[in-house]
Amino acid sequence: MEAPLQSGASAFRAAPIFAPAMQSATLIGPKAFGLTIGRLCYQLIEDHGDLRNIALIGLQPRGVLLARRLRIELQRILKAEHLVYGELDITFHRDDFRHRAVTAVPSTTDLDFSLDGKHVVLVDDVLYTGRSIRAGLDAMLTFGRPAGVQLLVLVDRRFSRELPIQPDYVGKWVDSIAGQRVAVEWKESDGQDRILLNRSNA
Amino acid sequence: MSPNNLIGGSAPSDQLSSDHLLGIQDLSAADIELVFRTADGFKEVLNRPIKKVPSLRDITIANLFFENSTRTRISFELAEKRLSADTINFSSSSSSTKKGETLVDTVNNILAMKVDMVVMRHPDPGAAVFLSRHVNARIVNAGDGTHEHPTQALLDAYSIREKLGKVKGVKVLIVGDILHSRVALSNILCLQKLGAEVMLCGPTTLMPRHVASLGVKVEHDLDKALRWCDVANMLRIQLERQGSDGIANFPSLREYSMLFGLDLERYKRVGKDIVIMHPGPINRGVEITSEVADHANSIILDQVENGVAVRMAVLYLLAMRIPRAQGA
Repeated sequence: MEAPLQSGASAFRAAPIFAPAMQSATLIGPKAFGLTIGRLCYQLIEDHGDLRNIALIGLQPRGVLLARRLRIELQRILKAEHLVYGELDITFHRDDFRHRAVTAVPSTTDLDFSLDGKHVVLVDDVLYTGRSIRAGLDAMLTFGRPAGVQLLVLVDRRFSRELPIQPDYVGKWVDSIAGQRVAVEWKESDGQDRILLNRSNA
Repeated sequence: MSPNNLIGGSAPSDQLSSDHLLGIQDLSAADIELVFRTADGFKEVLNRPIKKVPSLRDITIANLFFENSTRTRISFELAEKRLSADTINFSSSSSSTKKGETLVDTVNNILAMKVDMVVMRHPDPGAAVFLSRHVNARIVNAGDGTHEHPTQALLDAYSIREKLGKVKGVKVLIVGDILHSRVALSNILCLQKLGAEVMLCGPTTLMPRHVASLGVKVEHDLDKALRWCDVANMLRIQLERQGSDGIANFPSLREYSMLFGLDLERYKRVGKDIVIMHPGPINRGVEITSEVADHANSIILDQVENGVAVRMAVLYLLAMRIPRAQGA
């Protein structure tokens, strides 16, 4: 696996931890949001050329919103339709089955190609403990043996990891504490593109 | 519905309202919808190159079959294996019930070996309910006498939903031996809960006396009944149950087949695309002929395929309700 892409890391400094009194803060507004998506696309193109050997796979339920946006942007930039794209549900591979009070009901998986020999970029919105990605890797491996796997996330809540999983492409680093919640909102489903840091009242 | 306040905005969540699956009678329409939504996910899993998920890897399931069964047992076993559960099988021919042991003793002996769930088929109506009150395990009724066969009804309704896109408002005809059929009773209850209309058709002698009190239509003329319905579920004539009470319920198989059997000529005469169902095993040439069973509108093999996904959903949702051991 290649070393994590660090170029420009200093230009995207981690957001500070907010004072406890603060209920909600915008980490990224609509304009910066579009720039971040664009940068992630160009980073993929920088590493993988025309993306012919790449399979872009969004994790259900929220990662697919990012993956769909990336797909549209990449097709626009590359003027190509051939991008291999899939959506993967990880419900039955979660490790918190029977640990939580609520039943996890599955979303749709839409992955109609074998991953044998492909280079996969897994896409999720927020990387927190790393457990969803672990489940995603397991679910993904039931579709074949990829040549390599990379991880792309819009938000990396670093210092919160419970498993040794690190992203290869990051939209924004956020330093946050338990009790805070990072919410990614999308124009399609929530009205506008932005990333919020909320204090959970739960 | 629980409020959707999970980190990352997970999918909407819900739970079954019961710890066991004893009959359709205990389920709400929301429970049935939850089973269907979950089964959709498992159906997709079953089309993957690797048809297995690890969800139930710390669960042990005993399949107790005190009555012969091939397809239901295989379907449950496959569902359990694809969920990564550990399974043990037990059938009456090899059991100590033949030696005089009671049902509760038999099951408690098995549970002493740390079994979490029991899938049971039994010749006596109410056996599953009885067991659920006396042993400490989750019970799934795989057919109890002439009472209920809930997973069959769920997979039948699921197959109708898949074929027609809905169950609500669909007109379903059930033809055959209603009197001895647990499939018929579970189907009636399930379809009604989902808003479908149900009509029964068969000889008077095979129709329970007060069946109309369930809110179903009864018709003894198959041609009229077929003109009414969107879906025809042709039940098997259970030859092994006929005459068991010393009464012959119809004069001959040939007469039954002439009056209540579905052949291609009769099917074409109706002049519309009725969906054909059968819970299996088929007596070809008795309740249904080969041309109809293998017709493009027949979903008999889809029912079998969906059976595994629906049973996976039931086991998964019930396992969810098993408290996890401390420190596990």
